[in-house]
Amino acid sequence: MTRPATPSKATKKSCACCIPLLSSPIGRKWIVALTGIALILFVIGHLLGNLSIFAGPDAMNAYAAFLKSTGELLWVVRIVLLTCVALHIWFTITLWRENLAARPQKYAEKNDLGITVYARLMRISGLTVLAFVLYHLAQFTWEAFNPEYKTWVDVQGRYDVYRMVVTAFSCPFVSAFYVLAVGLLGMHLSHGIASLFQTLGLTTEKLRPVFEKGGLIIAWIIFLGFASIPTAVLLHLVKLPSSLPTCPFCQ
Amino acid sequence: MSTMNFHLRLWKQKCASDKGEFIKIHATEIPSECSFLEMLDIVNNRLTREGKEPVSFASDCREGICGTCHMVINGVPQGPGRGAACQVYMRKFENGQPITVEPFRVGAFPIVKDLVVNRSAYDRIIRSGGFISEHTGGAPDASTSLIPKPVADAAMDAAACIGCGACAAACPNSSPMLFVGAKVTHLGLLPQGQAERKSRARNMVRTMQEEGFGNCSNYYACEAVCPANVPASVIAMLNREYIRGEVSEAIGAID
Repeated sequence: MTRPATPSKATKKSCACCIPLLSSPIGRKWIVALTGIALILFVIGHLLGNLSIFAGPDAMNAYAAFLKSTGELLWVVRIVLLTCVALHIWFTITLWRENLAARPQKYAEKNDLGITVYARLMRISGLTVLAFVLYHLAQFTWEAFNPEYKTWVDVQGRYDVYRMVVTAFSCPFVSAFYVLAVGLLGMHLSHGIASLFQTLGLTTEKLRPVFEKGGLIIAWIIFLGFASIPTAVLLHLVKLPSSLPTCPFCQ
Repeated sequence: MSTMNFHLRLWKQKCASDKGEFIKIHATEIPSECSFLEMLDIVNNRLTREGKEPVSFASDCREGICGTCHMVINGVPQGPGRGAACQVYMRKFENGQPITVEPFRVGAFPIVKDLVVNRSAYDRIIRSGGFISEHTGGAPDASTSLIPKPVADAAMDAAACIGCGACAAACPNSSPMLFVGAKVTHLGLLPQGQAERKSRARNMVRTMQEEGFGNCSNYYACEAVCPANVPASVIAMLNREYIRGEVSEAIGAID
């Protein structure tokens, strides 16, 4: 009978920080879940604001002017969101690195064992959404690609956000990337929403199917809500009031 | 008695530091009534008669209750269907089907030989918190502590865990949270487990991390393969118990 070899204890010290919650697997997952909740709330709020485009140029520009008028509060929200994004990604990466190290050799025979594709694609969907958010900010907030957006104002002298959005989405490439990104966001949320309840310890055997279906439904609503905007622009359901020029790249 | 043939691919590895490789065996005339382990016994007997070294695998009770047998059959830890690997029967397979048998691929379970891994890491997790303190002497009456039926049922469901390691083997992250959750739920729900309740989850999770296991991503592959049908809701209970223990410790709360 061969004696089982004594396995070497993991020599790697867990995170050097002294707060056990921030180095433990479950504590870090709680942070990912809690920051996830904040980001989901932002996504829902952002969607509701964006849907003002269907109420016409005046509603959307008024909504944008209202956001700008909040001043310091807007910066508080921005900093909180930025912190949430940073913590959400940072702790996910530290967990992921440990997960990779925990399986040094892969199986020869693959079997998905009932794992959903949404769960498997969490990292890819999350990172694609991150890349999209940076592009989205560069396009609409920093107006890096089209500096002329800054000069567009409506008749009341407000930033003409409506014209900016409709012009941008008139380009099929911009719209296609947008729909792809919100599709991946939906996939990320369908696993994320159900998953956060489990991580926060709120799931029971009875509730899990409810959270899983609920997460999927909310993810679909968010996806369809966001995707409806470029779709409406491309179908000319939402168009510029006058015959203003649209995407110079496509026309 | 009908017989079957299989194209086997079995993992051979001399020791933990050996690289290891698959050997291909055409297993002929296997009785269809055989269990999977009996099929391996037959193959090993033939290898021995040919003067070759048999393939090592672990087994003990062979009735699905001890949790000793552990192997990955066609990518499924403990093989297809519910129950441990010893509860898999050859009639579940197609005649002539290729079958790949691998050891558990978990960093914290180093390979001893071939299909046998060392699962002592689970014992060390148990030692750090999977116990209760109890008086010695005569056993008290069974009805001394009143336990509501749903609580007793939930504790029993969690107590069904046989510690076989399939959860960590199935998890893409090699996370043993179903196992740890089962112990924390089983002992945490019952009056006998209350003395260590606050520290149990913290200590077991810390040991789990020190042993080099991964973290739960809520994939639920563990639940899909668990031979004892332990539900993944025990992981939710572990998450809850852990934070409760950690926060109580941080703020110095007694209760």
